[in-house]
Amino acid sequence: MKPAPFDYLRADDEEEAVAALAEAGDDARLLAGGQTLMPMLNMRLVEPAVLIDISRLPGRAGIEDDGTLIEVGAAATQASLEAWPPLSARAPLLARALPLIGHVQTRSRGTVCGSIAFADPSAELSLCLATLGGEVVLRSRAGTRTLPAAAFQTGMLSTACRADEMVAAVRFPAAEPGAGYAFTEFARRHGDFAIVAVAAIAQENGIRIGVGGACERPVVQDWPPLAGSALDDALDALAWSLDAADDHHASARYRRELVRGLGKRAVQAAQETRP
Amino acid sequence: MKRLGAGSRHRIGLTLNGREAGGWAEPRMLLSDFLRHALGATGTHVGCEHGVCGACTVRLDGAPVRACLTLAVQADGRRVDTVEGLAPEGELNDLQKAFRRHHALQCGFCTPGILMSLDAWLDGRPAPDEGEIRELLSGHLCRCTGYGGIVAAALEAARAARAGDVGEDD
Repeated sequence: MKPAPFDYLRADDEEEAVAALAEAGDDARLLAGGQTLMPMLNMRLVEPAVLIDISRLPGRAGIEDDGTLIEVGAAATQASLEAWPPLSARAPLLARALPLIGHVQTRSRGTVCGSIAFADPSAELSLCLATLGGEVVLRSRAGTRTLPAAAFQTGMLSTACRADEMVAAVRFPAAEPGAGYAFTEFARRHGDFAIVAVAAIAQENGIRIGVGGACERPVVQDWPPLAGSALDDALDALAWSLDAADDHHASARYRRELVRGLGKRAVQAAQETRP
Repeated sequence: MKRLGAGSRHRIGLTLNGREAGGWAEPRMLLSDFLRHALGATGTHVGCEHGVCGACTVRLDGAPVRACLTLAVQADGRRVDTVEGLAPEGELNDLQKAFRRHHALQCGFCTPGILMSLDAWLDGRPAPDEGEIRELLSGHLCRCTGYGGIVAAALEAARAARAGDVGEDD
């Protein structure tokens, strides 16, 4: 349970990081919080020749709110976002999801961008980004491009990020006036990856629902305002539409049932929290 | 940019429990192994080595982190606090005494990590409730004592710290 040897590079700025990445290509891995990469290194699931440490990039550790978008830099930890004073007012969905990610002892180092870059199908942050309709800022030596969340995450653990690119920041749309937000999930133990997670946004003229964990990547749908049996029917149709998979954690049928149950809870909670 | 070659060992300097300490590490050396093997600080235990069990939890610049998911080279120039620092003169601190009173340890393997998590966490929270403590403890696995005694000890240590604050005003 020790990593294979690698060269360690600590980038002093983003230019250095992307230059090193361009040079090393597929042989390099970026190390931010390391809460996913380090276990993979320890178990030798990955054996990069070069590790580029971006955990102390100046200018990318912060959280910036421009009034519409909340930008979280590549070096910002989940704990720093959780402790960001305006979080519950400006990003209530994130405020509800963050405490469910891992544990206090992993959020202290795990980064927001790292979680989204890893693109686990059950990741809470990927689900939040997809449901809110956020975007991902990709930086390479050639320049910067910005992708919407839906175009970024292409499947299970796969994204549109090229080998010479780094996720420099992610941008979450700030809370909209009059909207209610809810996040709920089911996991075997607190801090585990969710078997199914549901994010919901309720507005006067509609509902947006996002489902994570059921299939390869988050699925987001927009509905008119629904309640009662109409909501049950929509959730049932959503559950059947997902390409839910069996694995050693749960069957596809069980996942569909979680979508129905958690979905109802999330939608109702979002509607109740509308200001 | 700092570049450290895979095959060679590099000098790492850090502040361990308030004192300057240093040793040599290859880039791939984990902080948990560096503390134990290079610095002789064997209070930090190594369990699962993939961040699940929490036995290796230490404070890095004050925050509770998994030493097995941190490279020694990443701790260069930073402050690391381990369980040895809780009782520098050999006398248990209030949290450790509470653990003893409440039988919050049996084999003791998980204890250093749990103590460091609680040490970090109680710093900023003078009046935690039981639910918060249980959530914090979800980041640790204890396979013999169970968590009842640990929760009771943490609550008592927090109470004692509050009472201590009042006492200073008297």
